[in-house]
Amino acid sequence: MKELHRLSISELSPLLSQRQVSPVEVTESLLHRIAALNEEINAYITVDEAGALAQAKLAEARLGKGEAGPLTGIPLAIKDLLATCGLRTTCGSRILENYLPPYDATVCARLREEGAVILGKVNMDEFAMGSSTENSAFGPSRNPWNRECITGGSSGGSAAAVAADLCLASLGSDTGGSIRQPASHCGVVGLKPTYGRVSRYGLVAYASSLDQIGPIAKEVRDAALLMNAIAGYDNKDSTSAPVPAPDYLETLGRDIKGLKVGVPKEYFGQGLNADVETAVKNALLTLEGLGAEMVEVSLPHTEYAVAAYYVIAPAEASSNLARYDGVKYGLRVPGANLLEMYANTRTQGFGPEVRRRVMLGTYALSAGYYDAYYRKASQVRTLIRRDFEAAFEKCAVLAAPVAPTPAPRLGEMVADPLTMYLSDIFTISVNLAGIPAVSVPCGFSREDLPIGLQILGPPFGEPVILQAAHAFEQATDFHRRKPQWCEGKS
Amino acid sequence: MALTREEVLHVATLARLSLKPEEIETFTRQLNDILAYVAKLQEVDTEGVPPLAHVIPLSNAFREDEVQPSLDRDESLANAPEREEGAFVVPRVI
Repeated sequence: MKELHRLSISELSPLLSQRQVSPVEVTESLLHRIAALNEEINAYITVDEAGALAQAKLAEARLGKGEAGPLTGIPLAIKDLLATCGLRTTCGSRILENYLPPYDATVCARLREEGAVILGKVNMDEFAMGSSTENSAFGPSRNPWNRECITGGSSGGSAAAVAADLCLASLGSDTGGSIRQPASHCGVVGLKPTYGRVSRYGLVAYASSLDQIGPIAKEVRDAALLMNAIAGYDNKDSTSAPVPAPDYLETLGRDIKGLKVGVPKEYFGQGLNADVETAVKNALLTLEGLGAEMVEVSLPHTEYAVAAYYVIAPAEASSNLARYDGVKYGLRVPGANLLEMYANTRTQGFGPEVRRRVMLGTYALSAGYYDAYYRKASQVRTLIRRDFEAAFEKCAVLAAPVAPTPAPRLGEMVADPLTMYLSDIFTISVNLAGIPAVSVPCGFSREDLPIGLQILGPPFGEPVILQAAHAFEQATDFHRRKPQWCEGKS
Repeated sequence: MALTREEVLHVATLARLSLKPEEIETFTRQLNDILAYVAKLQEVDTEGVPPLAHVIPLSNAFREDEVQPSLDRDESLANAPEREEGAFVVPRVI
């Protein structure tokens, strides 16, 4: 048998239900591994040893009574912007450094109902603003494949923890690529569901019309298992879709013969790294070999997506982050009067990228500029969505790269915010259109860094993109490779 | 339409942020770079295109006006930097 931490959920779950291993044993093994390896990659901000062991014991009791589900006793890591009752939730920010949520996010409550074990909270760019996890107030995470490289972001701690076997799987959030891009950079699977598919209740808001929670996992089947737990209507989120959630395991294992896969020509142009291009084009050949039918499609407004996003997201952020005022929770830095207290608190509590986006959004929404920026960007957003609607008339899914390059080195993108923004070019349109997309490992660069294939679907098309991603995964073995650095460490 | 130093300071005030002297120049330059990039949006013909506010066809999410369980006062106040007699405390405003 593989070492316990190496297992996927789909491998561990039967061992737990057959009582071959106990959840306490698995949780202890992972806590031990976190203690040994976390310092070198900084994936976790908070490890909840006592809480995890207590949940493992509860899971053990459930397994004993035969009341277990597929996630009972499965140790998971949660991105540090999802509220966990009584467990510190920092959002990667000094302003929430000591925040103890008095309630669970709906997704966390659902995982607990399933008997999952929450090991702790994982690192992220502050308020999910960034593509590298370097904007965390708790220091950057490091890529397990090469610790001089970024993990991607903003869910970098989630992707690194999954890649280094410091958890079985993780929940992240994706506003402009924050699940898919770190999953691609760390060689794991990441699914950004349709907007409204997963409740955002208890998710610290960044850009409310774009944010969506989703799984980061070792294999496609595990992502589907997590979706079965977290997807579905929630009356605590007014944007939750009142659409019944299917069983996401159902389409896995079906072949993709005759499946029409659209290849958007705008995603294979200038600026695409040669290794990424080779890996993704080979992936398209693999899909074709599995019987998929390739169709060239066009998403003509792709080049305007980053610009539209960097108006809409900061505008929504400037409004959402107004709540950090040093009064109700979080940091307070005193001042001579109320206004000075606000400014001192927010200036010391927020890092530079957060302040930059709050200022950008405040400007875009300020008197006289609304039409030129927010309204214009929202109109372009309609055109981007129409591009996808037209494309999905010709095909069932789209296939594309996730990121233009493999993981850059730490520090490479910090100096120039705009360069970092442009690295989101292939992921951002999905959020603007509200559609689902999954990143699945499809190769390695010459420097041995992972590369992901992105499969996009129409609204509520998770079953078909998971089917295609699963067929691809089962035909290849990129997802089985492990980073050299943590091989052999227990 | 490039932002001036004064406009950057005004926006900071609106956002309830203060800028250190050495940050003003950096922020002005970075914000102008970003605004110059997003000006690209003006190239797009959006005549008659409705703005997209919501990606799923949902309007209001109503429910019956009934009392439902929610956080109690102590839980709501537990994270407040300063509290007194069941209330949040703010610096004197009048």
